[in-house]
Amino acid sequence: MDKKIIYLDHAATTYTDPEVVRAIEPYFTEKFYNPSSLYTPARDVAHAVKHARSTIAKWIRANNDREIIFTASGSEGDNAAIFGIANANRDKGRHIITSAVEHPAVLETVEGMKRFGFDHTILPVDKFGMVDPNTVRDAIRDDTVLITIMLANNEVGTIQPIKEIGRIARERGVYFHTDAVQAVGSVPIDVHEMNLDALTMAAHKLYGPKGVGALYLRDGVAFDSLIKGGHQENGKRAGTHNNPGIVGLAKAVDLAYSNMQENNERIIRLREKLINNILENIPDVILNGHPTKRLPNNTNFCFKYIDSEAILLHLDMLGVCASSGSACSSGTGDPSVVLKAMGIPPEVARGSLRMTLGKDTTDDEIDFVIKNLIGIVGKLRDMSPLVD
Amino acid sequence: MPESQRYNETVMDHFMNPRNVGEIKDADGIGLAKSSDHGDTMKLFIKVNNDVIVDAKFKTFGCGAAIASSSITTEMVKGKTIKEALELSNMDVIDALGGLPPSKIQCSVLAEEVLRAAIEDYRKRKTGNEETGVSVGCSGDCGRCKTK
Repeated sequence: MDKKIIYLDHAATTYTDPEVVRAIEPYFTEKFYNPSSLYTPARDVAHAVKHARSTIAKWIRANNDREIIFTASGSEGDNAAIFGIANANRDKGRHIITSAVEHPAVLETVEGMKRFGFDHTILPVDKFGMVDPNTVRDAIRDDTVLITIMLANNEVGTIQPIKEIGRIARERGVYFHTDAVQAVGSVPIDVHEMNLDALTMAAHKLYGPKGVGALYLRDGVAFDSLIKGGHQENGKRAGTHNNPGIVGLAKAVDLAYSNMQENNERIIRLREKLINNILENIPDVILNGHPTKRLPNNTNFCFKYIDSEAILLHLDMLGVCASSGSACSSGTGDPSVVLKAMGIPPEVARGSLRMTLGKDTTDDEIDFVIKNLIGIVGKLRDMSPLVD
Repeated sequence: MPESQRYNETVMDHFMNPRNVGEIKDADGIGLAKSSDHGDTMKLFIKVNNDVIVDAKFKTFGCGAAIASSSITTEMVKGKTIKEALELSNMDVIDALGGLPPSKIQCSVLAEEVLRAAIEDYRKRKTGNEETGVSVGCSGDCGRCKTK
């Protein structure tokens, strides 16, 4: 198969930027040392890990390096933040607030906290997938210890009013965590302005390697480590440092934010071209998510009367990689819980298609997809009994 | 998607090049089957001559397996007597397709149901003592059919 691949699933994962690969390569070979070791060669590696920490802290406006905890994934970051903050503060209360459109790494963890005696409230979203900060205010109880609401949604790309929610949380003395896995690298982050106590990121969504992420945890927030063992990460996350991963994450964050404006401008122009052409040329299509407050690279549509798997198979035959929603639910046949929370009927949600652009997506690729999608949707609708 | 969830070549062929898509204007029987949980919908039109199914066409809303199951069912029933067609089960559909991923077995059940519904509609029309029209199949997931 030497068919040209058109990759439009950057929200699922990205390739590792060659510049990142070059930066991390020595840490597999000559710089393999355990940074916790005493001897001189290990000190160089420890320095690189420290430098990576500073780089990430700088880009998200953290006060100091200590606030960055390296993890093995976005899921780990979410699990660690929710368990770690809630459990360490269980004497203050046992109530957690989250939203209906969170990634399973958050929703399942919040649900799992029941085992530890924590109750929760799941906030609804509007038709754009957005949380109303007033519902957060109303949901806060005397025993609420943590609010966890994502920065941007992985399926529909909607960017939540994090600053407003953070302000409410801070006023009421409730800790606030955000899953920013989809947003880091394309949305500016200022943990102070956003009133954040914790933030999760993962390298593989922003041209970094898989298997590494970071959790920002504000200084002074009581925290119970999820992974216990050695004293790495100030006792907040045991495990030998993943030197190549950590260096790669920092390099990826640095590259993403250094080139953010230029990349975003290009990607948003292509995204708008894709959205406008689909809405203009295909009838009975819904654009899911917020029209403007969305991730630069996200498009998500519902094509009425047809099934997303059928669309994806046709696209795949043409070398186009896309998704029905989150990669995690592809193939299960279950309609997206995110779209359901947005009030989209199950039969309409069945026809969802998420195409997420990347920094190398071209006009030609978008033109190819638009042209072929018109034909695919037409063909599938011709055989749909739901079309009169 | 795990490898076991992927479709084989026969399924992909019937999905990419579905046989007998469409409607039969003067159909002798029309069946409709809908799965309750995922909303998959199949509509089957049959033309019957001397108790033999001489033509069959379908319309389907659903995944690749649903479309492939419908397509192959229309091929399998053509030339069969009503009695023979009623003997077709979802397992025959799966076998003809060379297998379906475990999570897609239900699509073959739906194909069996829509065939039964179309034949039921044909019989109603023939006896003339009941109202003619689209006959609705079962939910496709009652568990009565063999699902391996």
